Amino acid sequence: MGEHIVQLERATKAFALPEGGTITALHGIDLDVERNEFLTLLGPSGCGKTTLLHAISGFVQLDAGKVRIDGDDVTERPPHRRPVNTVFQNYALFPHMSVGSNVGYALDIARTDRKERNQRVGSALELVGLGGLENRLPRQLSGGQQQRVALARAIIARPKLLLLDEPLSALDRNLRQAMQIELKTLQAELGISFIFVTHDQEEALTMSDRLAVLNKGLIQQIDTPRTVYDRPTNAFVASFIGASNLFEGTVRRSSASTTVATADGLQIEAACAGGWKPGDGAAATALIRPEQFALAGAGATGPTIEIAIEQVVFTGLTFQIHGHTASGRKIVAIIAAIRRADVAQAEKDGKVRLGYDPAAVHLLPDDAPAANEAVAGVAA
Amino acid sequence: MSTSSLHRRRLAHLGILLGPASGFLAIFFLCPLVIMLVYSFLEPGLYGGAEWVFYPDNYGRILGFANPDFEVYDPVYIAIFLRSLRIALVTVAATLLVCYPAAFQISRLPSRWKNFALFLITLPFFASLIVRLFIWVLILKKTGFANMVLTSLHIVSTPVELIYTEGAIVIGMVYVFIPFMFLPVYASVEKLDWSLVRASQDLGANGFQTFWRVIFPLTLPGVIGGSIIVFIPALGNFIVPAVLGGAKVMMLGNLIEQQFLGARNWPFGAALAMLVMAAVLAILFFYIRFEARRGDDAPVLR
Repeated sequence: MGEHIVQLERATKAFALPEGGTITALHGIDLDVERNEFLTLLGPSGCGKTTLLHAISGFVQLDAGKVRIDGDDVTERPPHRRPVNTVFQNYALFPHMSVGSNVGYALDIARTDRKERNQRVGSALELVGLGGLENRLPRQLSGGQQQRVALARAIIARPKLLLLDEPLSALDRNLRQAMQIELKTLQAELGISFIFVTHDQEEALTMSDRLAVLNKGLIQQIDTPRTVYDRPTNAFVASFIGASNLFEGTVRRSSASTTVATADGLQIEAACAGGWKPGDGAAATALIRPEQFALAGAGATGPTIEIAIEQVVFTGLTFQIHGHTASGRKIVAIIAAIRRADVAQAEKDGKVRLGYDPAAVHLLPDDAPAANEAVAGVAA
Repeated sequence: MSTSSLHRRRLAHLGILLGPASGFLAIFFLCPLVIMLVYSFLEPGLYGGAEWVFYPDNYGRILGFANPDFEVYDPVYIAIFLRSLRIALVTVAATLLVCYPAAFQISRLPSRWKNFALFLITLPFFASLIVRLFIWVLILKKTGFANMVLTSLHIVSTPVELIYTEGAIVIGMVYVFIPFMFLPVYASVEKLDWSLVRASQDLGANGFQTFWRVIFPLTLPGVIGGSIIVFIPALGNFIVPAVLGGAKVMMLGNLIEQQFLGARNWPFGAALAMLVMAAVLAILFFYIRFEARRGDDAPVLR
């Protein structure tokens, strides 16, 4: 108690649909947010990530469960009495107020002394790189500048926690990448926790200390970006974060090796070093990330898969090879651009043999709802 | 040659498009206005009509420099003007009070109900104004519905004088002008961005603070637009006071009508009408000045 800046206990929320019936946005979620942590909520639209954010800021009243901020139970408190501020998706800057009045809004509401207010507005704008723009109107600013004003407005009251609701989605790619780094730096500078909502997996991997993947109102997995990427707990997480080749089948276990036999006759070898060790005959899905494939030369040892090449996409750093196995299963492999001679040869042949390291193969339990329930309970 | 012919073609298009409207307004609006302006400076004829003599005393009778030979300065005209101003302002305030909260409620209805509510708002236009006002006479008269309810509920012992009062005029005016206030107010409430309201609450503002700092300023263009659209016709309205004010409560509209049709004093009636117009123009002028200072993002109606 008191360790965590935010604690959600069995948070549950269902919405009535206009055409009748209800949709469960939060399915009894437990979540602990550490102090000074950058936590990202990632998931497809409708997964409950925004509802979760609103449950913390107070715009959604939970049907059941509790929200604690810094040890205080705020479940019943309205938004304006919670020590939390939000950066909204479309910035939600007040169009009739100057940049200075926007940024100073929270201080004006709190009747902060004029001199202190002006000084804090100035330094908040300075912090986001917009010093001296107090008298502009929001519509006179570019999208990136508006974004920074929204950020300055949200941090000026020194909240215990900053919530960011897909704040970068309206920016173009270059600006978005620059802002990702800036946000991370700002979070470290301010020393408060950020909870960042996004549906963009690259954003989530770039910025987070921890990453929570949500689907259907449940936290599927919450861990560091590297662990979520390398050791996803189920096929949903595996396919949502990064591209993946999934082989669902039956486990064949012997003293020497573990393999997953798929219905179309592939044998995927897995080392099962750490992580889940299924028994013989269990249903499992083997995950091989595209970049873990290598072009297998003539003298290759270790397991391989042969594919017919459909398309080769050159992205500068890599080649993406799209193809299919003899049984028609789609495979994606990413090969470093330095192997261009070999890739060119493979392209000419129309087929290629891909090798992989069994140690890099990750086994997932079958994507049954029961597994989801179990995962949802695991929170940090 | 090509540019000049293009230019001429453009002018021709403009003439075709704007010609009919301009011609109509010139003949039926501008000409009568000029005639009125001229008449307001003519000497009233002894038996109606006007003498072609420059005569500023029509204005004098109203404003306090009457020609002592023919007429006396009577403050009653100023009093009627002030009363009209008061009734128009009360009408604006009352319609706003009715429409502003209603606009918020209706804007949050599901779209099917929203359209139905908008239809209801415009429904009174389907019946004649005079008929609707005479229904108010039936309601407000001594033996009318309102008195029946009041006496049967023992709120009053004998029927009270409801009709032919300033109150009756205000009731009638509010009734007539509600749609005019509602539509502009609704238009600006409808497009209020509720994420701004959430942002305000998120930054610590309670409901009252959010209303005054965010909701009200953002819906102000609709409020001002509606107020102007109601105020101008309310100030010069003559049907409502004629039906519901009787001979007891007179407004500017009735006074002007009386001068033209009853007293047959066209120059004096014209002078009164000119003063109403000057008052309205003055108010509009200040409004435009105010809007120009606020910036270009808030036209009257959006």
